[in-house]
Amino acid sequence: MTLAQAPHGFLSPTGVEIAFLLVGLVTFGAALVTVTTRQLVHAALWLVVTLGGLAVEYLLLTAEFIAWVQVLIYVGSVVVLLLFGLMLTKAPIGRSPDADSGNRWAALTVAVAAAAALVWVVVDAFRATWIDLDGPAAGSTEATGASLFQNWVLPFEALSVLLLAALVGAIVLSRRAKAESSSPPMNSRAATKSSRTVTESSLPVPDSRENPAEQEGTR
Amino acid sequence: MTTTTLAVLVPLLPFLGAAAGLLLGHTAPGFVRPLAVLPTLAALVLAAIVAVRQGGDATVTAATELTPTGSVPIELALYIDGFAALVAVLVGLVATCVQIYSTGYLREDPRYPSYAALVSLFTSAMFLVVYSGDLIVLLVGWEVMGICSYFLVGHYWETPEARAASLKAFLVTKLGDVPFLIGLFALATDAGSFRITRVLATVAHGGLDHPTLVALLLLAGVAGKSAQFPLHTWLPDAMAGPTPVSALIHAATMVAAGVYFIARLLPVFEASSAAMVTLAVMAAVTMVGSGLAALAQDDIKRVLAYSTIGQLGYMTGALAVGDRGAAVFHLLSHGAFKALLFLAAGVIIHASGTNSLAAMSRMSHLRDRIPDAYWTMTVALLALAAIPPFSGFFSKESVLGAAEHITAGHTEHAPGATGWIVLVAGLLTALLTAAYATRLWLLAFHGRGTEAPDHGRQPRTMTVVLWVLAVPSLALGGLAYRSLPDWFDGNDLAPTLTTSVLGTGVALAGGLVTYAAWRHLTGLAARVPLGAVAAHPEGDAGLVEAEAIATHAPAYGDTASAPDPADPGRLLLGPLHRHAAVGFHLDAVYRALFVRPVQAGASLVRFLDREVVDTYVQGAGALPRLLGAAVRRAQTGNLQTYVSALLAGTVVLAVAALLVASGA
Amino acid sequence: MHLAYPAVLSALLFCTGLYGVLARRNAILVLMSVELMLNAVNLNLVAFDVWLSRTAEDTLHSGQALTLFTIAIAAAEIGIGLAIVLAVHRNRGTADIDRLRDTAEGHESPAADGPDSDTPATGTAAEKAEASA
Repeated sequence: MTLAQAPHGFLSPTGVEIAFLLVGLVTFGAALVTVTTRQLVHAALWLVVTLGGLAVEYLLLTAEFIAWVQVLIYVGSVVVLLLFGLMLTKAPIGRSPDADSGNRWAALTVAVAAAAALVWVVVDAFRATWIDLDGPAAGSTEATGASLFQNWVLPFEALSVLLLAALVGAIVLSRRAKAESSSPPMNSRAATKSSRTVTESSLPVPDSRENPAEQEGTR
Repeated sequence: MTTTTLAVLVPLLPFLGAAAGLLLGHTAPGFVRPLAVLPTLAALVLAAIVAVRQGGDATVTAATELTPTGSVPIELALYIDGFAALVAVLVGLVATCVQIYSTGYLREDPRYPSYAALVSLFTSAMFLVVYSGDLIVLLVGWEVMGICSYFLVGHYWETPEARAASLKAFLVTKLGDVPFLIGLFALATDAGSFRITRVLATVAHGGLDHPTLVALLLLAGVAGKSAQFPLHTWLPDAMAGPTPVSALIHAATMVAAGVYFIARLLPVFEASSAAMVTLAVMAAVTMVGSGLAALAQDDIKRVLAYSTIGQLGYMTGALAVGDRGAAVFHLLSHGAFKALLFLAAGVIIHASGTNSLAAMSRMSHLRDRIPDAYWTMTVALLALAAIPPFSGFFSKESVLGAAEHITAGHTEHAPGATGWIVLVAGLLTALLTAAYATRLWLLAFHGRGTEAPDHGRQPRTMTVVLWVLAVPSLALGGLAYRSLPDWFDGNDLAPTLTTSVLGTGVALAGGLVTYAAWRHLTGLAARVPLGAVAAHPEGDAGLVEAEAIATHAPAYGDTASAPDPADPGRLLLGPLHRHAAVGFHLDAVYRALFVRPVQAGASLVRFLDREVVDTYVQGAGALPRLLGAAVRRAQTGNLQTYVSALLAGTVVLAVAALLVASGA
Repeated sequence: MHLAYPAVLSALLFCTGLYGVLARRNAILVLMSVELMLNAVNLNLVAFDVWLSRTAEDTLHSGQALTLFTIAIAAAEIGIGLAIVLAVHRNRGTADIDRLRDTAEGHESPAADGPDSDTPATGTAAEKAEASA
């Protein structure tokens, strides 16, 4: 604890700090591009950069196991899943003029206000707090595994049930209802009311015939 | 059983019969007739036993307080003196006759079960009024009679006349009942009790603070119930009900209640000479006016209705001169012969198929078709005209005798002026009574023209009761006038020579003048064809009567009179006839004075409600509606907008919480 | 290393994700933004776990365990979310958040689409579906 309580200047950059800061800037920039780009597929790709950057940050914080899990699950599967989703919903390739809704300015206001408040609070609270990164890694696979299977084994097992439930739920949701082509169940209320929704509801029928293989693939 | 128990059973039995009849009427039609007749008959027997046991001696009183009821206690009390005992017997007799008669009269009526139950309830309420020793309990019976009369008069509610008549009867009697209730409260406040015995004791000690006010307030209720001027107008219209109901209302129950009530509380009225004079004037106007009106009526039942008003005038006249014995004596004999008159009139209407005297006068041999009705009605009309030795003579002479007694000045109860008023009006009415009785008899039974239709014999239930009632009409007065004073106050009821000669003389004169007029006009009747008869002569009597009432106005232009030049009443009354036929325009006066202002007020209130009040209400609704429209615009359905607002609020709250926490 | 660095980065990433959730029109882009927010939280958890394990000698490693759980749940969430988006797209022909306005009163009238629909409302869904195909 003597090291942790030792005085450090507010601006006394170590090598780790500089690396953290640079990677952090890249990560934040990639995140900004992700939420602002007009090209939908690019957004997914910039998300890969963001998530990868975060994995590097975990490494810098000596949480190596989390970092590899991040790379495996997020970069490896979640982003791929999102790309599949973009394809299946026929997201336009190239610049789409209406990627952002008219809520943009309200969203910006809220986000900036929230960021200002949070940064202010966090800096105010932790500006003199120091993390000691020397010694054995806090997030090594050994340490994490021991903690997980000693202290967290019951939630871990419960989580497996949750994953199973999510799996079943996803299958049920993406399965096509049997009589859907004759009467779309979710749209039945709107179809009686306006011609616009009637044209909408007539669309998915050829749509679903075009790419059954892709639909099957997602299941 | 003790006399008290028997007396309690008397009102209770018809009440239970009525309840059972209402409950079982549609599920067990076989029980309806026994349930209608037997409880009333049992009540009659019990009332007779009570009367024998009471014997005119000591008053039977009993009281029990069920529960405390505030400052002035209300008790279930019995108070049976000679008046109560005898009137109860009369009520039981008439009600039994009416119930038996109704089984024949309304034998095909689909609403007979409810009708019979209501008649039983009516009877029970009258028994309650008669026996009750507590004014509030009496009021209960009084009001139950009001509502029963509403339902019974409106029995033929398919016809607009019946609906209007029932409503009128209810409203007019209620108009009197409001001051009546206030008067009862004032009386009880002075006396500290609703018990009749205590009230009378208070009056005897002069403890009444406002005797005139109380007496006049009570008088309003009595005038409404007993159909005295100026609240009598409901009674002729109430003829729209079935004939047995008319008999019940007119003879023994409803109209008798008012007279009986004054007889019970006569000392209260005697405490105020103004009330006695008012009573006398009321009686005199009622008597003479109703006599004139009766002479002009064409509907046989309306003639009888006006005659009831007139005979009730005799009773109130007797009360105005402070002789309640004479009043109740006349009530008893009048109950008998008036019930008989109405029931016989029902038979006549059924046999002739019309209720119009003008039509009957163009019908020959009616008396051969219905000999029972002819003979009994003759007896009853002689009693009504007060010809000796029929019972009406003795009771009417007792009234006139009492009035004459007052005019002599030796009395402490009533002012001498009342005696003169009652005596002169009574003699004049005797003349008129004899005149319209003769006219009724001649027109109904001595018509000339086409032969009356033959519908076969009348039902035995309807004819037997006529003979039962003919006995007291014939003999009650002569047999009872000596013994009745023992039951009553002890005043002598025997006819005095002067009034007997005078009364009988004017009655004979009236009858003879009418006969002469009728003879004079008899040729004219044949030349003026007139009349209409019922469309379903083979139906039961109730149906025939309903049709006769419904067709009277279309056929003759009016419900009350007919344009018959051969009517002796038209000749006798001369220019008065036109006014007498419509009851001296009293209805028109009421219409102008009360109905029109009320209607105008109602339309004014309607206007205010629609145009003024509603404007404010709608104005109050407009602002919330505008706000609602504004708020609705925010509900776009865009989830991102919602979440933006939610998070913006969260940020604001968080910053506020931080600022407060950091003490800024 | 200053604890403020990861904390500030986390806050900024979270607000970026927040902006994306509120501003993006395509439902899948919204899901991406949700992932950003989750990752921001994860970074916070890891950073504080490392700090606490040294400063307070915490051996529970709750932060890292929770991070793993969050990652697992996020994977499940993205699966379910994509299934829902696909179902909506199949039924409506669109995956645009601001076109799903069934909760608004009178949403079926095209004129009530609100100020944010910059294309003419009539038949936009069909046109867009064709354009994106």
